[in-house]
Amino acid sequence: MDLLVTLAVLTLQIVLLFNVVMFIVLALVWLERKVLGRVHQRMGPMRVGPHGTLQSLADGIKLLLKEDLAPSSAERFAFLLAPLLVFAPSFLVFVAIPFTRDIVVRNLALGLVYFVAVSSLSTVGMVLAGWSSSNKYALIGAARTAAQLISYEIPLVLVVLSVAMLGGTLDLRGLVESQGQAGPYVLWQPLGALIFIMAALAEVFRPPFDIPVAESEVLGGPMIEYSGMRWGLFFMAEYGNAFAFSALFVLLFLGGWQGPLLPPILWFLLKTSAVILVFFWMRAAMPRLRIDQLMGFAWEVLLPFAFLNLFLTGVVQLYRWPLWSLSLLSLTGLLALGYVVERGRVTWRRSPSLAS
Amino acid sequence: MLIKREFETVEMPINVGPQHPSTHGVLRLVMTLDGEQIVKVDPVIGYLHRAVEKLSENLRYQNIPHLFDRLDYVSAFNNEWPLAMAQERLLGLEVPPRGEYLRVILCELNRIASHFLFFGAFGHDAGTATSWMYGFRERERIQRLFEMVSGYRMMHDFVVPGGVREDVPEEFVPALRALLPVLWQGLGDCNNLLTENEVLVTRTRDIGVITGEEAISYGLSGPSLRASGVREDLRLTEPYSVYPDLDFDVVLGQHGDSYDRYWVRMQEVAQSLRIVEQALDRLPGGLVCTPGLPKYPKLLKLPVGETYARAENPRGEFGVYLISTGGDRPYRLKIRAPSFCNLMALPRLMEGHYLADAIMILGSLDVVMGEVDR
Repeated sequence: MDLLVTLAVLTLQIVLLFNVVMFIVLALVWLERKVLGRVHQRMGPMRVGPHGTLQSLADGIKLLLKEDLAPSSAERFAFLLAPLLVFAPSFLVFVAIPFTRDIVVRNLALGLVYFVAVSSLSTVGMVLAGWSSSNKYALIGAARTAAQLISYEIPLVLVVLSVAMLGGTLDLRGLVESQGQAGPYVLWQPLGALIFIMAALAEVFRPPFDIPVAESEVLGGPMIEYSGMRWGLFFMAEYGNAFAFSALFVLLFLGGWQGPLLPPILWFLLKTSAVILVFFWMRAAMPRLRIDQLMGFAWEVLLPFAFLNLFLTGVVQLYRWPLWSLSLLSLTGLLALGYVVERGRVTWRRSPSLAS
Repeated sequence: MLIKREFETVEMPINVGPQHPSTHGVLRLVMTLDGEQIVKVDPVIGYLHRAVEKLSENLRYQNIPHLFDRLDYVSAFNNEWPLAMAQERLLGLEVPPRGEYLRVILCELNRIASHFLFFGAFGHDAGTATSWMYGFRERERIQRLFEMVSGYRMMHDFVVPGGVREDVPEEFVPALRALLPVLWQGLGDCNNLLTENEVLVTRTRDIGVITGEEAISYGLSGPSLRASGVREDLRLTEPYSVYPDLDFDVVLGQHGDSYDRYWVRMQEVAQSLRIVEQALDRLPGGLVCTPGLPKYPKLLKLPVGETYARAENPRGEFGVYLISTGGDRPYRLKIRAPSFCNLMALPRLMEGHYLADAIMILGSLDVVMGEVDR
C-alpha cells in the first residue's frame, strides 16, 4: 500500500513537472519569437490568440500531427532513440531546480553536481542522432556537438566549483541561502559570472555558439533528418536547457528567489526571464563563430580564466580576506579577459592553413 | 593488454547544394572535406539555365529586355542599360540628358538595393537573421519607388534604346528626396549592426584572400575586384553616360579577403547615395527618350555591325556583345555576366578553408545564379 502511494505521488509529481516544463518551453518559444520580431522591426506571431500567445501551442499540435519519418538508410533503433536521449536529461535537471525554498521536486544534497552531470548527458543523444541519420551534414554537426560540449563543460564546471567554494555547499538551496547573507555572488565573482554565461550559451547551442546546428552551414546538424514530434523533442530539449541554465545562473549568481516585496516565485521567474532575454538578445545581435575559433576561445581564453577565478576564490577563502577583495580581484580578472579578447591577436583568431 | 587499433581517416565527398540555404539560389558545390577542411571544391552550375542568349536570337529587339530583367534579378535596371547602350551605339543615337540622369538615378538606386540585399544575405550566412530584416527593410523602400516608376517591383523593362520608356511620375522626385535621409539612416543602422562586429570580423578577416593580380587573372570585376585594391570601376575608368559630371569615389579594399569584399560594398552604398543626391539636384527637364523613335518601336531594325557595350553593375562588369546583320533580331547576343566570372575564382578562394568559411566566401562574392546560368 505504501509503495502504491509513493508511486502515485511520484507519478503525479512527474506529470506536474512535465507540464511545467512544457509550459515553460511553449512560453519561451513565444517570447523568443516576439523579442526577435521586435529587434527585427516586425511584429512576430500575431494571428493565433491575442498577440500570438497560442502560436507555440498551434505549432506543437502541428508537430504532433506530422508524419514521423525516418530515412531508409538510417540506423533505425538509434535514430528513433536519440531524441529521447536528448530530451530526457533536459527534463531530468528540472528535478533538482529549486524554484523557491519550498517549490522543488527533490532538493538534493549534491544538487549542483547532479545538474552539471545530467545536463551534459544530452551530448550522447546528439552524437547518436548525428551518427544514426546517415547524413553527412548530421555527422559534421554531431562531431561539432561533441567537441563543443566537451570543451565548454570544463570552464563551466570550474566556475560552478568556485561558487560552491564560496557557498561551502553543493546544495542549490543552501547556495541560495548563503547568498542571502553574503549578497548575490555576481557581485563577488563577476569574472565567474561572465564565463558561466558564455559557457552556458555554448552548452545550449544559443548564438553566437550555435555552431553544431548552424542552419546556414550544416542545416540543423544532428536534427536534419528528423520530422514531427521527434524534431519537436530536440526543440523542447533546447529550450528546456536554455531555461535550466538561466535558472542555474540565477541560483548561483543572482541570489535565486530572494528579493524584497514580491513573492519568491515571482522573483525567481523575473530573474530567470532577464537572463533568458540576454540569451535572446545575443541571438538577435551576434553572428556565429567558427568551430575552431570557438574551441580556441574555450581552451585558450575561457579555461585559463576559469582557473584564475578558481584560484582567486581559493586564495581569498584560504586567507579569510574580506569578500570585497575577491570582488576587486575578480574585476581585475574581468578586465584582463576583456583585454585579451579585445587584443584578439591570440592564436584563436589564426586563419587556417591546409594540413599537409 | 593494450590493444592498438589503426584508424583510417578518409576524405569525405559532400554535396553542398543545389538545395542548400546558403548557396544563394541553385549553385551546387561538390566538396571534398578532410574533417571540416576543404581539400577540393567543384562548382556545378546550370540548374537555372534558360538559354537567354539563344532565345534572344529569335526575339525582336524590344522583347529582349524582358529576358535581361531575369538575369541578375535583383538589379534589373542595371541589366537593361548595357543592352540599350549596345543598340544605341549601332543606331548612333544620342540620349537626351533627362533620360541619362534618370538612368543614373534608377541604376544607382538599384545598386543600393542590391547591396542592401547582399548585406542581409551575408549576415544571414554568418548566422544573424537581424541583418536580413534590416537589409530587406531598406531595399523594400527602394522597391516601392521602382514600382512607382515602372509599375513593377523587380522586372522593370524600363530602359529602352534612346532613353527610358516614359517620364517618371510627378511624385517620384519628392518621394526620392524624402527617402534619401532615410536610406542614410538605414545604412548607418546596418553598419552599426555588423561592420565593426567582432564576431563577423573574426569570421571573415583573412578568409578567401586573393591578390589584385590574381583577381584580374581570374576575371573578377566589380566590388570583388576592388576589394583586392585594384582601381577598376567602369564608371570612372571608361566613363559612360553622365558619370563624368558626378563626384564620387572608388572604394578600394586592402587585403582582398571576405571582410574587405563586404566592406567595399557597404562603402559603395554611401557613394551611390552621393551620386543619387547629385543627380537629383541636376536632373534637367525635357525629353526622356530620343524623338523619332516611337515609345515602343514595333519594328526596330539595327544596321549591320557589331559592338560591345559594358557597364558597372552592382556585381561587376556587365557586358553585351551584339552582332547585327540588319534584321529586327540580333544575329548573336553574348552576355558577359559578372557573377559568372566572379564564380570562377571560387575553388581557388575556398581551398584550405573550413566548411563554415566556404559559406562566407561564397556570400562575399555575392553571386546571383540567374546571371551565372543565363
